[in-house]
Amino acid sequence: MAMLEVKNLHVYYGMIHAIKDVSFEVNEGEIIALIGANGAGKTTILHTISGLIGARSGSIMFEGKETTKIPAHELVSMGMAQVPEGRRVFAQMSVYQNLRMGAYTRKDKSELDSTLEMVFKRFPRLKERLGQPAGTLSGGEQQMLAMGRALMSHPKIILMDEPSMGLSPILVNEIFDIIKSVNEAGTTVLLVEQNARKALMVADRAYVLETGRIVNSGDAKELMNDDSIRKAYLGE
Amino acid sequence: MSFLNYLIGGISLGSVYAIIALGYTMVYGIAKMLNFAHGDVIMIGAFTVFIATTQAGIHPLAAILLAMVICTVMGILIERIAYRPLRGAASPLAVLITAIGVSYLLQNLALLWFGSNAKSFKSVVTIPPLRLAGGALIISGETIVTIIACIVIMIGLTTFINKTKPGQAMLAVSEDQGAARLMGINVNGIIALTFAIGSALAAIAGVLLCSSYPSLDPYTGSMPGIKAFVAAVFGGIGSIPGAMIGGILLGVIEIFGRAYISAQMADAIVFAVLIVVLLVRPTGLLGKKIQEKV
Ligand SMILES: Nc1ncnc2c1ncn2[C@@H]1O[C@H](COP(=O)(O)OP(=O)(O)O)[C@@H](O)[C@H]1O
Ligand SMILES: [Mg+2]
Repeated sequence: MAMLEVKNLHVYYGMIHAIKDVSFEVNEGEIIALIGANGAGKTTILHTISGLIGARSGSIMFEGKETTKIPAHELVSMGMAQVPEGRRVFAQMSVYQNLRMGAYTRKDKSELDSTLEMVFKRFPRLKERLGQPAGTLSGGEQQMLAMGRALMSHPKIILMDEPSMGLSPILVNEIFDIIKSVNEAGTTVLLVEQNARKALMVADRAYVLETGRIVNSGDAKELMNDDSIRKAYLGE
Repeated sequence: MSFLNYLIGGISLGSVYAIIALGYTMVYGIAKMLNFAHGDVIMIGAFTVFIATTQAGIHPLAAILLAMVICTVMGILIERIAYRPLRGAASPLAVLITAIGVSYLLQNLALLWFGSNAKSFKSVVTIPPLRLAGGALIISGETIVTIIACIVIMIGLTTFINKTKPGQAMLAVSEDQGAARLMGINVNGIIALTFAIGSALAAIAGVLLCSSYPSLDPYTGSMPGIKAFVAAVFGGIGSIPGAMIGGILLGVIEIFGRAYISAQMADAIVFAVLIVVLLVRPTGLLGKKIQEKV
């Protein structure tokens, strides 16, 4: 059984049919990439999985449980976290307060401290900036904070929405290395990216989204060699 | 000495405005709406204490607690029944108009239950006045209690927000509701909590107000409510210290205006000051610059 299974999903914004009959699955331990141009519907899919947007029809199963009727905040304690597009850190709150918000659903204080240590090990720069308002961090640091914040809930699956957006090439590499190592440490990853090349390099499998529909899917390495993908998404 | 008397009177009245303004500003910051029924909750709080002490013979302190409980429940119910269904409505005007409707509903219910005659509210404060400068400066017990209450509330609320988990969740919701939900925060619960706190504070404000200005009728909360709203905007709506400073300044301006310029014009002066401040600083004294989210 897949960890996350999306079946025949349809999502609307008013009259706009944004997601059309999308089905895909994410198995435990995988990195799955969802690639597609701006406006294809990637964010909409992640928001629907996280419960921020309601589905018109179709089903989303997380660890065998139908989640489309479960409110967003309850999904977090079930083991789902999201690193949203544009990072959306709490700008007026300190780095530490942001990380504590990430652990909002967790009760055990000592466990929380060890998670915090783990996050600092992964993102040493956050430790240096602990008392600083998150809004004063650089874009790369904010991305790291958003990822660290999501890890604080100790998720089974982490949904990442364009983590490389707006970052310098060096930082992009750093972020993708971190995604890889988060996955190796046991967290399943659903990665949404416009940077198809990078995404396909870290992913196990990938789905290609065009105007709300999945038009292609398969092994990430194979997709990288697919001619139509190379033309449309890898700029070759 | 009259200057000092006026100043202290202004700070005292301003403290009441500040406590009411806190409710406006918290609800605005967190639920992004103007709860125009907030002023009428004050009146309900004052009536609760009035009835409890005069007709049921309950001790004033117990009556205040009862008023806080009733106002809290009422605040939660108003939010749940009238505002929550409209959250996410296409136009923010829908909830604003509803709030005005709730305000009239509360006034009319009070009219029905308590009648239109003004009641003479008996002060709940029993401490004696403070005589300073050989009796030239007299500070009433009500003034002392009001100012102390305002300080205690300010410190308590700031501590609550900065040091507790629900307080931090309130901050997170005020910044970004969607991101807050992704943290596992029950946004509806936090909004209900905000209404609960604001309404409990309104009950205290009602009692303090009527202890200093002892005439109570169904419209008692209306004008102070509007002025507290002005105070919240004046200080920077959404900002807790802003509500505090805005409230106190407004009280001082009102009393000075009444004393030195014109008693009839005092309210007009208050609103004129608001207009001037907003022309110079559209976000109010301590208002954050408005950030557009992408
Ligand atoms: N809040 C919204 N209201 C109406 N339409 C929206 C809204 N958000 C996104 N859309 C539309 O839905 C489609 C998919 O958007 P989105 O999921 O953000 O795409 P992506 O993340 O792939 O760039 C786009 O056509 C976009 O214009
Ligand atoms: Mg997007």
